[in-house]
Amino acid sequence: MSRLEIEAPPPPDRRLRLPTTVNGRPVTLHVVPEAVLLDVLREDLGLTGSKRSCDVQVCGACTVLLDGLPVSACAVLAYEARGRTVLTIEGLASEERLHPVQEAFLAASGFQCGFCTPGMIMAVTAMLDEAPAATPAEVREHLRGNICRCTGYVSILAAVAAAQRALARTGA
Amino acid sequence: MLPPFEIHQPATPAEAVALRVRHGESAALYAGGSELLLAMKEGLGAFEHLIDVKTIGGLDTLALAPDGAALVIGAAVTHRALERSPLLRAHFPMLADMERQVANARVRAVGTLGGNLCFAEPHSDPPTALLVHEARVVLHGGAGPRRLALADFLVGPYESALGPDEILTHVEVPLPPPRAAAAYLKFGLHERPTVGVAALLVPDVARGAVAEARVAIGCVGPVAARLPEVGHALRGVPLATLEAGWPAAETAGERLDAVGDLHGSAEYKRAMAGVFVKRALAQAARRARGGVGGHIGAPHLADT
Repeated sequence: MSRLEIEAPPPPDRRLRLPTTVNGRPVTLHVVPEAVLLDVLREDLGLTGSKRSCDVQVCGACTVLLDGLPVSACAVLAYEARGRTVLTIEGLASEERLHPVQEAFLAASGFQCGFCTPGMIMAVTAMLDEAPAATPAEVREHLRGNICRCTGYVSILAAVAAAQRALARTGA
Repeated sequence: MLPPFEIHQPATPAEAVALRVRHGESAALYAGGSELLLAMKEGLGAFEHLIDVKTIGGLDTLALAPDGAALVIGAAVTHRALERSPLLRAHFPMLADMERQVANARVRAVGTLGGNLCFAEPHSDPPTALLVHEARVVLHGGAGPRRLALADFLVGPYESALGPDEILTHVEVPLPPPRAAAAYLKFGLHERPTVGVAALLVPDVARGAVAEARVAIGCVGPVAARLPEVGHALRGVPLATLEAGWPAAETAGERLDAVGDLHGSAEYKRAMAGVFVKRALAQAARRARGGVGGHIGAPHLADT
């Protein structure tokens, strides 16, 4: 009796075609429906700046901007990015220089271990795009959703204030 | 990691209903996903089909009804859109303030009012605040559209009166009586509130007293609910008494069907309910005395 090699039929391709724009660059991805945005950014695109920490929309370490609004990439389906723009920490700086919010975090030492920093900076950027003159109370309220276990937040708030001053100077 | 599923994109309520009927319990309605996806990650629900209601036309509208008697909120309107809506700010400032304090900015950017109400998470802000505004939900199903009072829609923890062949399309919030003033206060040590209290007062201006009062409590029991006996007891009480702290409020929580959980023991929640009923009434009374539209004040959140 001959030994037939048996091969199972390949599973159907469940992937969705996903045209989107990531950090200013149009890309067309193919993702399974259940893929969350964070995994696609980190695993498919190698953009590992956005961090997974709590995985339940509480800590803010995975904050990216979807059409300019802060979202938790850990809990948003990549599917939601179809035809929209995604901005991650990697897309914030121009080629020549850091974004003013990044500069301010550096200058004010608004971080220690740095794990929350990409999400923190994206959250601050989204807020200042919309409300450059946000009051200290508004800043605290906005950042309620971003957790830092190192700094005690004081240096982060100082960084936000410095960023506000820098942005006001440049009129950006 | 999420289990595998397929996403459906209905264009109309009828298509969404047909998908629900076809796939039965293996399908879930999906809007912002801010509750559903987390539950699925935790293994609390496995669905092979997600029906994306955001692709249905008209569910993102936010406008006054043609007769001007109610605000009509599409089920897919996000908390963020509500918090920033000039219509909400003008007619329902307490609801706008409440929406501004739902979860965090990321949840508000994707989470929808319809999703919030259908998921029926007991530790949530919108149901409590909407109850004192006597909101209604509009459901579309095989037997045609029907309207339900929100109080009848909210059945229990993670349980609503939405039928297996229905979808929630709109929330209607009747405009409050003239001179009504409202307040919503919440308190909690975790991401979700331990107690949420909404109070709405219609003043008898000539007497400086309460003509009508509506009080609702959420997060404490299995489902957000009105406290009709407190409302009755408040009739005729001078607004100044409420502003100074209405002593009877302290007992408001005593008979509540409180559920002890991570957010506090049943006893603690009952005690906090009394404290926050008193504070919410004081704030609503202050706003009622402050005149029409005097709802917008300093942040009124005793929160984390």
